[in-house]
Amino acid sequence: MSSSAVAANDAVFDAEAASARRRYVISRVVIYGLLIFFSLIYILPLIVVILNSFRDLPEINHNGLIAWPQSFNPIYWLQAWDTYCVGGTCAGVKGNFFNSLAMTIPATIISTLLGAMNGYILSKWKFKGSEFIFTCMLLGVFIPGQLSLMPWAYLLGKMHLTNSVYGLILIHCVQGLSFTTLFCRNFYVNIPDDLIKAARIDGAGFWRIFFKIIVPISPPILIVTVIWQFTGIWNEFLFGVIFTSGTQQPITAALVALGSGGLSVHAYNVASAAVLIGAFPPLLVYFLGGKYFVRGLTQGAIK
Amino acid sequence: MTTQSVAVPGAAVQAGPSLRERLANATPFIVLIPSIIATLIYVFVFTGWTIYISLTKSAMFPVAAWQGPKAYSDLWSNARWIIAYHNLFLYSVLYVVGAMAIGLTLAILIDQRVRAESMWRTIFLYPLAVSFVVTGTVWGWLYSPDSGIQALVRDLGWTNFTFALTTSKDTAIYAIVLTGIWQSSGFAMALFLAGLRAVDPDIIKAAHIDGAGPFRTYSKVILPTIRPIFIAVLVVLLQFAIKTFDLVVALTAGGPGLATTFPALYVYDMMFQRGQIAQGAAAAMMILAALAIVLIPYAFYLVWRRRREARNV
Repeated sequence: MSSSAVAANDAVFDAEAASARRRYVISRVVIYGLLIFFSLIYILPLIVVILNSFRDLPEINHNGLIAWPQSFNPIYWLQAWDTYCVGGTCAGVKGNFFNSLAMTIPATIISTLLGAMNGYILSKWKFKGSEFIFTCMLLGVFIPGQLSLMPWAYLLGKMHLTNSVYGLILIHCVQGLSFTTLFCRNFYVNIPDDLIKAARIDGAGFWRIFFKIIVPISPPILIVTVIWQFTGIWNEFLFGVIFTSGTQQPITAALVALGSGGLSVHAYNVASAAVLIGAFPPLLVYFLGGKYFVRGLTQGAIK
Repeated sequence: MTTQSVAVPGAAVQAGPSLRERLANATPFIVLIPSIIATLIYVFVFTGWTIYISLTKSAMFPVAAWQGPKAYSDLWSNARWIIAYHNLFLYSVLYVVGAMAIGLTLAILIDQRVRAESMWRTIFLYPLAVSFVVTGTVWGWLYSPDSGIQALVRDLGWTNFTFALTTSKDTAIYAIVLTGIWQSSGFAMALFLAGLRAVDPDIIKAAHIDGAGPFRTYSKVILPTIRPIFIAVLVVLLQFAIKTFDLVVALTAGGPGLATTFPALYVYDMMFQRGQIAQGAAAAMMILAALAIVLIPYAFYLVWRRRREARNV
């Protein structure tokens, strides 16, 4: 082959390599461009609310909600927490925030513990009819809240639990049972039965196996379940708004009462701070346990 | 109990398992009893109760006076319910298609070996950790024509720009659609991404060797293999759509007028605002029926797939 032919060949290769390289660069630019574009759409609302919670009202009214802040005033957070008027009471959202905590923490713990026990039994201590019970619990996942409103209203009335955090705890425990049982059962099913059998031959009983074998390997699924329950119960609105009122309401219900000014002029800055206070606990849980959050999501959805 | 358990071992064997053994054998069931009772009440008694109420003359308070299926015929001749039902239909279609399209796009983008993958995922998924109430409230502000997106664009110079979805009866439903998509597409992304990651790398390599470009590789090779994920996402999103309540209450409160009323809002309204409990219960049953229409075929599909897999293995 003559040297000129080799050079021509090289040139062809170079041209091809260059065009492949150009295609690669273009595709990277398009990919990152789209990712940044979508990210902005997702993140801007959060940034706008954070900025507005520090802006003075005249400035917001003059420049609009979406504008670079000219003022920085943390007082609105204090007002939202402590003095802002929601539905006739002027004590901010702190009471509602604590209501939500008082509702979410016990309901999360109880429903998770029960779910772990149920999951353990329904996967490792099957008995006649246990599959049927599991199927019923599965059905509970899909039942819409609207269907249980009248029965709950009646039961809570009989138990003197209307307009109380305890009533909401009860509702969320019963409702959450289906989810937590499903999560834990699907996790424990993958534990080899031989492990349990060996323990039983060694004389270990129901509780010993639970505490010595099941509990030590449970943290991953318990974290998933706790995150799922915590965010779900904290963010729940329907039962909170129907079965509680005024100072007993959880924060989601209070936020709607606060935003019900609709399009009329209202204190966007204080409202923004209040919204962020309401969104903070589940966001914190999400950013701390993101991996587990996603895992719970995919399990809850597909199984 | 204690006296029984220290009984002579030989005697116990002859008399079958001792009380203690029987108790030990029954422990799982006993522990499960509270949950069984709660579940049976929640699933069957509550549902039966609501069916029963829907067949009575219950108005302000639940009463036992039977009236048959009249509440259902009243429901379906109520203009408000028809609007709610149409809205649900329109919303479901647009929301599911939109959230799946954007979710799939995001999943494919992230699947291109991008840097800082977990950062992108975190950004797209965080709306799901936030309540519908918070999302609806914030987007309600952004849609507000005087101070939200419209005001921003007008201030930038496009003085004729109009983006006031929530103030018009004809467009308010689209505000809810857009916000719903914003909230849920990250969820679709997470599921699609999990599916894409589970695709056998060998078949992707084979497609490359056969000379398929990235578009053809996705459309002809990868996406068909994750069809089960598509169906799962579809079913979950439809479920979300049917249960839509908080988002609408926080964003438009069902307005302007009745323009964005939904079945779940109708139930709330009939039961707790208008004192027409029977009709509210009938509407709740319709929500259950809608869920059943989505979920029963899905359950059959899952069983069918499992059987097919069992046969192929």
